[in-house]
Amino acid sequence: MDYLQTKGRIFDIQRYSIHDGRGIRTICFLKGCVLRCKWCCNPESQEYAVQEMTVRGKTRVIGQDVTVAEVMETVEKDRPYYNRSGGGLTLSGGESLCQPEFARDLLRAAKAAGINTAMESMACAKWEVIGQILPYLDHYLMDIKHMNSAKHKAYTGKGNELMLENAGKIAAFRQTKLSIRVPVIPTFNDSIEEIRDIAVFADKLPGVEDIYLLPYHRLGQDKYEGLGRMYELPDILPPEPEHMQMLKKVVEANSKLRCQIGG
Amino acid sequence: MEKYYTLEIPKTDRIPKLVAHLYAKMPEIESARARLITESYKETEALPVIMRRAKAFEHILDNIPIIIRENELIVGSTTIAPRGCQTYPEFSYKWLEEEFETVATRKADPFYIADQTKRELLEADAYWEGKTTSELATSLMAEETRKAIDHNIFTPGNYFYNGVGHVTVQYDKVLAVGYEGIIAQVEEELAKCDPGDRDYCTRSQFLQAVLISCRAVIRYALRYAELAEKEAAGCADGARKKELLQIASNCRRVPAKGATGFYEACQSFWFVQQLLQIESSGHSISPGRFDQYMYPYYKKDLEEGRLTREFAQELLDCIWVKLNDLNKCRDAASAEGFAGYSLFQNLIVGGQDRDGNDVTNDLSFMCITASKHVFLPQPSLSIRVWNKTPHALMLKAADLTRTGIGLPAYYNDEVIIPSLLNMGLTMEDAREYNIIGCVEPQKAGKTEGWHDAAFYNMCRPLELVFSNGYDKGEKISIETGRVEDMATFEEFYDAYKKQMNYNISLLVNADNAIDVAHATRCPLPFLSCMVDDCIKRGKTVQEGGAVYNFTGPQGFGIANMADSLYAIKKLVFEEKKVTLAEYKRALAMNYGQGFDEISAAEIATQIVREMEATGMKVDESQIAAMIATVMDTELPAEEKQKYEALRAMIDEVPKFGNDIEEVDMFARDVAYTYTRPLLHYQNPRGGQFQAGLYPVSANVPLGAQTGATPDGRLAHTPVADGVSPSAGKDVHGPTAAANSVSKLDHGIASNGTLFNQKFHPTALSGEKGLENFVALIRSYFDQKGSHMQFNVVDRETLLDAQKHPEKYAHLVVRVAGYSALFTTLSKSLQDDIIRRTEQGF
Repeated sequence: MDYLQTKGRIFDIQRYSIHDGRGIRTICFLKGCVLRCKWCCNPESQEYAVQEMTVRGKTRVIGQDVTVAEVMETVEKDRPYYNRSGGGLTLSGGESLCQPEFARDLLRAAKAAGINTAMESMACAKWEVIGQILPYLDHYLMDIKHMNSAKHKAYTGKGNELMLENAGKIAAFRQTKLSIRVPVIPTFNDSIEEIRDIAVFADKLPGVEDIYLLPYHRLGQDKYEGLGRMYELPDILPPEPEHMQMLKKVVEANSKLRCQIGG
Repeated sequence: MEKYYTLEIPKTDRIPKLVAHLYAKMPEIESARARLITESYKETEALPVIMRRAKAFEHILDNIPIIIRENELIVGSTTIAPRGCQTYPEFSYKWLEEEFETVATRKADPFYIADQTKRELLEADAYWEGKTTSELATSLMAEETRKAIDHNIFTPGNYFYNGVGHVTVQYDKVLAVGYEGIIAQVEEELAKCDPGDRDYCTRSQFLQAVLISCRAVIRYALRYAELAEKEAAGCADGARKKELLQIASNCRRVPAKGATGFYEACQSFWFVQQLLQIESSGHSISPGRFDQYMYPYYKKDLEEGRLTREFAQELLDCIWVKLNDLNKCRDAASAEGFAGYSLFQNLIVGGQDRDGNDVTNDLSFMCITASKHVFLPQPSLSIRVWNKTPHALMLKAADLTRTGIGLPAYYNDEVIIPSLLNMGLTMEDAREYNIIGCVEPQKAGKTEGWHDAAFYNMCRPLELVFSNGYDKGEKISIETGRVEDMATFEEFYDAYKKQMNYNISLLVNADNAIDVAHATRCPLPFLSCMVDDCIKRGKTVQEGGAVYNFTGPQGFGIANMADSLYAIKKLVFEEKKVTLAEYKRALAMNYGQGFDEISAAEIATQIVREMEATGMKVDESQIAAMIATVMDTELPAEEKQKYEALRAMIDEVPKFGNDIEEVDMFARDVAYTYTRPLLHYQNPRGGQFQAGLYPVSANVPLGAQTGATPDGRLAHTPVADGVSPSAGKDVHGPTAAANSVSKLDHGIASNGTLFNQKFHPTALSGEKGLENFVALIRSYFDQKGSHMQFNVVDRETLLDAQKHPEKYAHLVVRVAGYSALFTTLSKSLQDDIIRRTEQGF
């Protein structure tokens, strides 16, 4: 049971999460990310270092070192809700794969306790890292942001080759359900062609059945100021509902995937 | 074949027309009933009270003006004006005379009143001086009880000023045999009476009073038949003419005889529902398990091809509209406590039969559809949830919840049935329970539950601990010692329990005095003929004729008291950061946040009392000057800072509602200080007291009578709602709050508990949203919660949250991968959310 003592760094645990995987879930947000997406709504997740952020005039320390056992204590509290809804634990970030042992052991602890597991991730890590997590993971919610590596790099800081390669490997594993999530960001990837390309790619991944189009929102904007940072996309607006519906039709016309707007 | 039909049946054009007609004008007070009852009473002074009640009821029904409203299919209106109300001077009347000039302009539930009506009411009311139930009740109460009421420790105002209501009668019996059937039964009982019997006088008078009442009801229906025929004769519109003739035919048959079909059953139901509310002014006359007792008529008609589902739905919709036609004018203070013109006519669907089988049927679904079609507050729609409740019914209910109407309320059979067994109901009766009013469970047609007997403010006894039994300079309770001398938390908590116990005994005295007053001056023969075992026992429900008798006063402020006592335990006795003396002063100074007019007046009263005690005379102008001085007093900055530091410390102490085991179990114990002592008391009908934990909307006005509390709550702000955590103190989401609330002992609060949750529409969007929402309710119920209801916030609420963030600190907005407390967002992002809310689901 040593894995219960593995330590990791998180910045939040959010209960009653209902848009990130099946059922009512508890999300554990791990700190640290490989990408620097310009639209990121959780900018406090990006740095691994513990930070200070100003929230409504008060200074808050972001980042806390905890053991797997400590996180599980909170996760256990909502077991009745998981039982009724098919929910469980979801890891999010940041990129959980930046803390591979902690992520693996958290998922392992949940599985050992009979709790369903999910992870939101870009799959931006060495395959060995992902490979040792998959046996403990029921549902991989993988972000694919763009099929063009250069544009991907311009907006997130990294090209997409590794992630797309991993997507194929995760799909081939078949023991973990894989769903694709696409943040729809105006000026970045909200054109018909860009969404279509992602859908066509996702459709070819064996076993993938669902794709989620997550409309851009700017609800994280305040946090940039709180961190003393500049928000680099101050001028874009959330996509109109009609535009999202149109993109959904594009996905459905170009793939066999079930497409849903929102998580 | 499907076990039940779940598809939504469309709404007809008639329904919006009926609703528009009903809501075209401000409701109006009418004088007919007051005039008629007074006329009758003047002529019956020599008769026993039961006979006077029956004759008055008869006189009213024979003479009160009647009307068939445009497009109605179900008829029977208590007032000529839509949504109007009659008055009931036999219970109380002075408050209305005092409010004649303000009742039309007051904020909560205004009523128009014509000058002519005022004159007629004054004339009728003059007869009632000294003859009302409220005056008798006052004279029956102990002096210390009256004092406690004057000082707002509790308020039994509902039954003090009004009839009791809060009952579900045997609708099924009327539908089956009609009042002619009841008359036959009563005649049979009368024949058995022997003049030599010990109770011959009272029994035979009661039975004869029932006969008079039932015959009056039959004649009342015939008046409607005649009116419908008359209107049909003059009606040029062929379709409407046919409708009117059908109405006439219905009213000739029911409620005199048993209903032969669904339409007649609907009309018969309506007369019962309406006329109970002419006999007495009590509210929460609850239709109960409507989907059950109406079903045989629906099923038979449907099978025999005499009824379409569409017409059945239209009839249900018509009844739903009619339930909003009934109205009641309350005194200004009560109107705030029961805001929204609500009569709390609780109608419940689903659940199980006496043998424990699920009884969901087509009508269960159609009742939910009716609330969606009509979209008005009445009936208070409820749903019984148990382990075998069909998922489809849960989804249907959740779909209504997400419209934002605040209906239905969800009830947990798995808690309520055992709690009723514990109160002495049989298994069969407990399984057939329905809900009265807000959240109060009982067995229909067998119970006089007195379910809404009083509001008891659990915060006030804590104030009495700090003041050692004094309020506004006057000794109103027992002395439990100076808090400055208390050395342990146990000593302090014990003092609270003593103050609770003493005041609970006064609460019992108040309720029992009012109970006796109703039995003495306002026994109700019509209502009693539809509650077992009144006919057999030969007495009314007011005199103990019902099989089950209870009195259920509500405690509220649980969360405030749990948080307060816990803060004192931690800060004073464990961490020793503050003394009780310092706490006492901080509370008296409202944590340095200044005094409002109420506090200033209280302080002035106290000073005046002290001055008068030493023989000094104080006049009005001196008092006014004193109030002004108190309000202007600015505390020294240093002292103010000290209080602010204390409040910050209190803020850091864990609060109820956040799924913290130690705090929640403490709250459970605090709730017992109210629920357990009550069980030891008896009422004059031979029944037991039982506690409820819900406030209706009284947590706001009664909070206004409560000073600052040790949980950091400022003077005169609202106290917590029901068993819900204090507003804004639960910050870990709905599951954490529900887990905390479920740790209270809901089973012992057998008069009901109320748990409100607020949701942003994003939480219920789509099919998945509904599924998760249903799972949330199921999980709370798995953990033995008793009741749940939901507000889905709308644009207006969010705008209000922008203005008053402190009230909405718990409101979470969720989208994929992100969630935030609404109030922590900047204005422009809040505006984004508001736009999202409008886009709906």
